[in-house]
Amino acid sequence: MTDPERSLFDVEEMEINFGPQHPATHGVLRVKIKLDGEKIMEAKPIIGYLHRGTEKLFETMDFPQCIPHTDRMDYVAAATNNQGFCVAMEKLLGITIPPRAAYIRMILAELQRLASHLVWLATHAIDIGAITPFFYTFRERDAILDLFEEYCGARLTLNTMKIGGVPFELPDGWLDRCSELVDGFNSHIDEYENLLTENRIWKQRTIGIGVVSAEEAIEWGLTGPPLRGSGVQWDIRKIFPYDRYDEIDFKIPIGKTGDTYDRYLVRMQEMRQSVRILRQCLDRLPDGPYMARVPKVLRAKDAGMVYGSVEAPKGELGYFIVTTEKATAPYRCRVRPPSFINLQMLPAMVEGHLVADLVAVIGTLDIVLGEIDR
Amino acid sequence: MNDPLMVYVGLPLIKGVVILTVLLLTMAYLTFAERKILAYMQVRIGPNRVGPKGWLQPIADGLKLLVKEDLVPGRAERFVFMLAPILIFAPAILVWAVIPWGETFTVAGTSITPFLADINIAILFVLAVSSVGVYGIILGGWASNNKFSLMGGLRSAAQMVSYEVPMGFAVVSVLLMAGTLSLVGIVEAQRDASLWFIFPGILAFGIYFICGVAENNRNPFDLPEAEAELVAGFHTEYSGMRFAMFYLAEYINMMVVSSLAVILFFGGWLRPFPNLEILAFLDVIPPVFWFAGKVLAFIFVYIWFRGTFPRYRFDQLMRVGWKWLLPLSLANIALVALGVLLLKG
Repeated sequence: MTDPERSLFDVEEMEINFGPQHPATHGVLRVKIKLDGEKIMEAKPIIGYLHRGTEKLFETMDFPQCIPHTDRMDYVAAATNNQGFCVAMEKLLGITIPPRAAYIRMILAELQRLASHLVWLATHAIDIGAITPFFYTFRERDAILDLFEEYCGARLTLNTMKIGGVPFELPDGWLDRCSELVDGFNSHIDEYENLLTENRIWKQRTIGIGVVSAEEAIEWGLTGPPLRGSGVQWDIRKIFPYDRYDEIDFKIPIGKTGDTYDRYLVRMQEMRQSVRILRQCLDRLPDGPYMARVPKVLRAKDAGMVYGSVEAPKGELGYFIVTTEKATAPYRCRVRPPSFINLQMLPAMVEGHLVADLVAVIGTLDIVLGEIDR
Repeated sequence: MNDPLMVYVGLPLIKGVVILTVLLLTMAYLTFAERKILAYMQVRIGPNRVGPKGWLQPIADGLKLLVKEDLVPGRAERFVFMLAPILIFAPAILVWAVIPWGETFTVAGTSITPFLADINIAILFVLAVSSVGVYGIILGGWASNNKFSLMGGLRSAAQMVSYEVPMGFAVVSVLLMAGTLSLVGIVEAQRDASLWFIFPGILAFGIYFICGVAENNRNPFDLPEAEAELVAGFHTEYSGMRFAMFYLAEYINMMVVSSLAVILFFGGWLRPFPNLEILAFLDVIPPVFWFAGKVLAFIFVYIWFRGTFPRYRFDQLMRVGWKWLLPLSLANIALVALGVLLLKG
């Protein structure tokens, strides 16, 4: 116990393993932190606790069989994962999907974005100590999941898109129920904002925390709300429109300073924009087939490669698929998960801050470990 | 009925048992009330399975905690680890010896005072005894041999020590108005002045209540047990009844702070506006219910806070305490002293 080298007044850094079992690391993230008192001197995220070899699994499966596996990456936003894979595959195989399919996809993707942002808000707020928004947001998320359930039978791992369209026609009355939800949604967002946006404590906990400048954000390859929070107008839906986003009128909300509060505001605004997109999609939903005519067995014509990406709730989700000639399965499929790239920024964002800010920053990055480890 | 054995041994014993029973029951049902009220604030229903409408829930919880295994981590400092919950629980109960909850009443020719002891330094006694509780927290955090617990304990010690100062000063301003340290005396002073001290002491009350919430480690000052950062803070390693003691001590302390607030600022067991004859019909309600009602109103505010606010960060908490509350409470003393001097001469 008594080390002759150490005197009573020696200062020592404390090393703490933050996770993988910890209530605020959003899954199995482990952060090794060195503390001087409460100040973080060094933080090192360690990942891999949820590695399931998804990319390798893709290589052993036919193209359509890959889709259920994409569900399990970002498991709070399965629909956009499906969408990403389908968009990439359609690019590879040269399939154009019918307008109705594209609109249904956009509706599902935007509902998913809302659901994902609600989970983010719930957990972010609870990490900062506000427990009530959690229950409010989950009430609305449940309504969204009910819609998903009615459409495809699943609530979480949806498997709700196919290469060439969507697997089902919308059930009777689904559009009305969706409309009802969409119309009431802004008032729910107002409710959350009432609790948080102007709350002094919330502002003190988030303003100036984890600041990322626009240059830094671009250098580190951030995408999604962390990038837009720093004031960069970048959204795959606008820059490289897929499905029919080019026909929809919406804005890209951006922040100014790139701190946690700005990212919060950006995501809240994004939810309102999603509501706007949903409204337009529901109003303009065209008639027609919900599935393009595709062969029973999907086969790549030549050896080739393709990169297709979508704006997932957490950032740019891209699939890089390599195929050999006449292949029915990817030779290699590399996923570009937004959380993985965004998480890299964590050490730079928290160093010099306090322990309490670490959870705020993890929350604001909105990571999902399923996607990081794959 | 006036034999010394009864007066000096029997009555205090009975009163002690009554206080303890009422206290433990209230405490158990406060946990239930908190869960229910919080549930309704959060569009949930809350516990409703055990007994009719869930009313047996606290008893089930208590039983569960009692029969749970009492775990002591292998590398913990065994003796201190086991001592810590007692150190926090005992003072919390002890304080109730001096808290008066009603007027003196007569049963079978014997006048009974509604408190165990009316000592002339009661308020000092309360502050002194309740600050022993901080040892329980810091020792528990240290003895667990867990870094999260240790940080929880350290935070708590810093927090309680810094908030005790402005709290003490806020209380001083009431003492200036009342001219006594006895809790009974303070309520009687409010009756004689026909005025609750909340009116002249609104600032002191604000400071007192904020500090009280911080002392209790309740939201928005619940840093020592900040779940998101420190898992469960100082009681991370505790289980079973030892955990329950920490948990219950928190509730008793909430009641202590609320009772003191009621006694110091809201006229204790007095009805509202004790000087207005029009309101005399309110006297139907016995004083003890007035007292209980006011205390429960405060508890409700605590729960309300929990349902509303995010949590302060450690340095922000310290800043609020030292940079705002302390100077304010000092200024408040000067103001109140001046007022008392001018009015009373």
